[in-house]
Amino acid sequence: MSTTASTATAADEASTAVGRWVRVCLLHDLAVERGAAALVDGDQIALFRLPDDSVRAVQQRDPYSGANIMSRGIVGTRQGRPTVAAPMYKQVFSLETGACLDPVGYTPLDPAQANLRTFPVRVTDGVVQVGLLDGAAEPAA
Amino acid sequence: MSQSGNQPKHLVVVGGGMVAQRLVEALRARDGAGAWRISVFAEEAAKPYDRVALTSYFSARDPEELTLGDPELWEDPLVTLHRDCAITTIDRDSHQVTDRLGRTHHYDELILATGSSAAMPPIPGNDLPGVFVYRTIDDVAALRGWVEDKRAAAGKGRSTDFERPVRGAVIGGGLLGLEAAGALKALGAQATVIQFGTHLMDAQIDLGGGQALKRLINDMGIAVRTDTATAQLRPSRRSGHVGRLDFVDGGRLDVDVVVVATGVRPRDELARAAGLDIGERGGAVVDLDCRTQDPHVWAVGEVACIEGRCIGLVAPGYAMAEVVADRLLGGKATFPGADTATKLKLQGVDVASFGDAFARTEGAMELVWADPVAGVYKKLVLSDDARTLLGGVFVGDASPYASLRPMVGSELPGDPGAFLLPESTGGGAASLELPDAATVCSCNNVTAGTIRAAVTEHACTDVAGVKACTKAGTSCGSCLPLVKKLTTTELERAGVEVSGALCEHFDLSRAQLFDAVRVAELHTFSEIIGRFGAVGTLGSVSAASAEVPDGVGPGRGCDICKPVVASILASLGNGHILDGEQATLQDTNDHVMANLQKDGTYSVVPRIPGGEITPDGLLVIGQVAKDFGLYTKITGGQRIDMFGARIEQLPQIWRRLVEHGFESGHAYGKSLRTVKSCVGSTWCRYGVQDSVGMAVELELRYRGLRSPHKLKLGVSGCARECAEARGKDVGVIATDKGWNVYVGGNGGFTPRHAQLLAEDLDSRALIRTIDRFLMYYIRTADRLQRTAPWIEDVEGGLDGVREVIMNDSLGIAADLDTAMAAHVGNYEDEWRAVLEDPEKLRRFGSFVNAPATADPDLAYVPERGQIRPATEAEREAAAETGAPVLIAGATLAVRS
Ligand SMILES: Cc1cc2nc3c(=O)[nH]c(=O)nc-3n(C[C@H](O)[C@H](O)[C@H](O)COP(=O)(O)OP(=O)(O)OC[C@H]3O[C@@H](n4cnc5c(N)ncnc54)[C@H](O)[C@@H]3O)c2cc1C
Ligand code: SF4
Ligand code: FES
Repeated sequence: MSTTASTATAADEASTAVGRWVRVCLLHDLAVERGAAALVDGDQIALFRLPDDSVRAVQQRDPYSGANIMSRGIVGTRQGRPTVAAPMYKQVFSLETGACLDPVGYTPLDPAQANLRTFPVRVTDGVVQVGLLDGAAEPAA
Repeated sequence: MSQSGNQPKHLVVVGGGMVAQRLVEALRARDGAGAWRISVFAEEAAKPYDRVALTSYFSARDPEELTLGDPELWEDPLVTLHRDCAITTIDRDSHQVTDRLGRTHHYDELILATGSSAAMPPIPGNDLPGVFVYRTIDDVAALRGWVEDKRAAAGKGRSTDFERPVRGAVIGGGLLGLEAAGALKALGAQATVIQFGTHLMDAQIDLGGGQALKRLINDMGIAVRTDTATAQLRPSRRSGHVGRLDFVDGGRLDVDVVVVATGVRPRDELARAAGLDIGERGGAVVDLDCRTQDPHVWAVGEVACIEGRCIGLVAPGYAMAEVVADRLLGGKATFPGADTATKLKLQGVDVASFGDAFARTEGAMELVWADPVAGVYKKLVLSDDARTLLGGVFVGDASPYASLRPMVGSELPGDPGAFLLPESTGGGAASLELPDAATVCSCNNVTAGTIRAAVTEHACTDVAGVKACTKAGTSCGSCLPLVKKLTTTELERAGVEVSGALCEHFDLSRAQLFDAVRVAELHTFSEIIGRFGAVGTLGSVSAASAEVPDGVGPGRGCDICKPVVASILASLGNGHILDGEQATLQDTNDHVMANLQKDGTYSVVPRIPGGEITPDGLLVIGQVAKDFGLYTKITGGQRIDMFGARIEQLPQIWRRLVEHGFESGHAYGKSLRTVKSCVGSTWCRYGVQDSVGMAVELELRYRGLRSPHKLKLGVSGCARECAEARGKDVGVIATDKGWNVYVGGNGGFTPRHAQLLAEDLDSRALIRTIDRFLMYYIRTADRLQRTAPWIEDVEGGLDGVREVIMNDSLGIAADLDTAMAAHVGNYEDEWRAVLEDPEKLRRFGSFVNAPATADPDLAYVPERGQIRPATEAEREAAAETGAPVLIAGATLAVRS
């Protein structure tokens, strides 16, 4: 596990802007297709390890309920692309872009923020790191 | 009412039966302008009810369940229903009717919908106590009460009356008589049917069919005497009640109850007195527009003599109601002719006849297929070239009936003989393509085209939707198999995902997937989706996205199919729900084994089987709630719910519960929730059985059982039903002799009353019955389908379910028993198991890099002495003033 190479993810485009990589946990600490929450510089982040051992990170706050629960959603796929379903009201979000794919008839608390913020992640030598922008972070979606 | 010119005209309807109800419904649906004000005068006290389903009153008992149509119809300001208010005279000259209270009412138009009464042949002794007819709710209630009293008396074994079953006789071997005989059996009485003619149901089927039918009826334990007339009824010397039947041929039969079902007589007494034309065999004579000779007086339903006769079926009556509704609004509709197809509604006996069943058409040919051993007789009547279908008779297997009936008058495709062969030998009517104009539901006059349009134009996506949209299948139900087939075919044709398919990952329905997984003995989601996953999802991975990792490509399920598979695996006994890959399949609450609340914390509901708890137990729960700062509330299922537990606190709370002999409970998820009980015979002065003891036993037996939807049970200690058991999926109500079990109840959005499945079971039989009911449901229900709609979907409905679990008609009872025994044997305290497994326990940390840190965003305010989550406004106010008005939940030091 310690030799796992850095895995490219869709969020990597944003990684050029990454100011700082924060070590969060070991890949080994994450179970496949079961999310985990992390506290990164005061931000609550949901981490998901996929079957290929890549890791995705999105905001932990569910835009539809306001609760910090995204890590407890069911991980799956829509049309072959990885998704997570919000545990509260079951909206489906892309784990690649954070976009809400199916609002299942609900409106988000803040109508301007239906999508999840995503974070760049890299796995180096079995260590999971989340990339933070310098200064204030901006929504990726 | 200021513009007198536009005042609605007054329509008076005499009779509040099935056809009157349909007439009012049809008129109100079409008379948007409010041209008519309608007064219905009904002799019976009950709201218009479904007489066709009268026999189900024996199992349902609740007369409300028979009420027809939308109750709001009677709230309509333009409609007034006068119940228990018969009309006594009609004065056609002054356009007035008089009711039994002597009040007069003016009418613009008058409709007679007085139906029929049961005929009572002039046999001496026909007025003895214990002789009943079978027409109204009151008749049926009286019959039921009589049989129950007789049974109770026999049970007490008075000196002259040794213990024996109640003996019943039914005079009349037609549709109604057989239904009445079935009802007597259902009440636990013996039944003998006495038929004057050569064979049973001689008005509908031929001799060959009648002989097959007799065998089937005998197999049900009902005796049949044909070619026999009753000379007199004699009273029992001791009681004065009916005691004996004497036949003309000298035979006799001892009886405790007699039901007379020899036909009906139109209730034309008002029409006669008003000088209207009366048919040769009774009934108010009407034209094809349903008008009598008086242009302002109409007659509909069984009282109308149309085309020279009265018709004792509901479908032609409904057709007449539609004609009159149309005419009253200026239309030109005429009666389309009567469809006299009939199907016997007697569980276990399939009989149907339609069209020219007796081959009376010139040159008609009969094609007969009979299997006397199996008691099957099928006949098609065809035109002289053997192509056009004219009619038919089915006994013992009426499965082709629904498809063939609408084909009368059309050419049959292919070899007509194929329709008579059993489906298993490649026969059957499966491939029949109905013309749009064919009537599928004759009760409600719905054509195949209308049903197709419900799918293609009105976006109905299942049978329930089509029923609501077209009314097809809402009366006698005999057309439902065909409605279902048409709906499914049309959905498939429209490319609509037929509701059976779970989601994009599985084309199978839940029931199909259950069987597939069980038979293939698969144990993981990866195996299951690899083997049974939908092929389509494989191809949809775009080639351009080389980054999409292989493992993701084929589809990894979703929040629909994963919990379904989780539930299936749990039902088939695959260890702890959080073992390995299974953990990733669990829905929100199962995942954390507690109930998610709005702020992302959880509530914990300790199991209190049957709702019985000791004072010490109460103290434990109170102390736990206090130590963890939890809000507490008593639930509707007789439990104590503790709210506000953070994910990282859950194991600590469980540990405290386990240490004191509790386990947490499945107050969440698709599984057994609770078994509610009343205090029963141990304390209650009315109780006849130990309802608490039974509830505890049931809860401990079925706890942890995963199912298509949540499951609730209830047990009451007597008929007073304080546990509200009939609002549960399985409701048990104590009787003097044991337990009655009801199934298919629920509360919630569409409340349903549970229906009687079996009576007077002893405790062992009760548990075996519930075992099978639950397992059969778990194996065959759709995702998120509760027991009530599932029962409707099972072939034969409740009777079908009863056949499977009481009479083992599918031969799966032993298998169901084994499956339930395995569940009971393998049960473990799931929460304790988490505490004992460090790997599972690790998943309950709040943050992977700070497992004991509480979610910093949680905030609470006090209310009525407890906490509740702060609102957004309260948070903002607190942030502005900087004052910490919010309180955080108390935290107990973590114990190692
Ligand atoms: C047990 C049973 C099973 C049946 N099964 C079937 C079946 O499977 N298929 C089928 O097609 N048909 C069946 N029928 C027949 C069907 O119920 C009738 O055809 C249908 O109810 C006729 O409707 P109606 O409105 O004409 O008469 P009804 O439903 O009889 O209504 C007439 C009403 O008018 C009232 N009334 C009479 N006189 C007055 C008055 N002067 N003032 C006020 N009110 C008055 C009566 O009390 C009655 O309530 C069955 C009937 C019974 C009893
Ligand atoms: S249902 Fe009967 S036994 Fe139970 S509490 Fe009510 S009256 Fe008593
Ligand atoms: S034919 Fe009776 S409900 Fe359709």
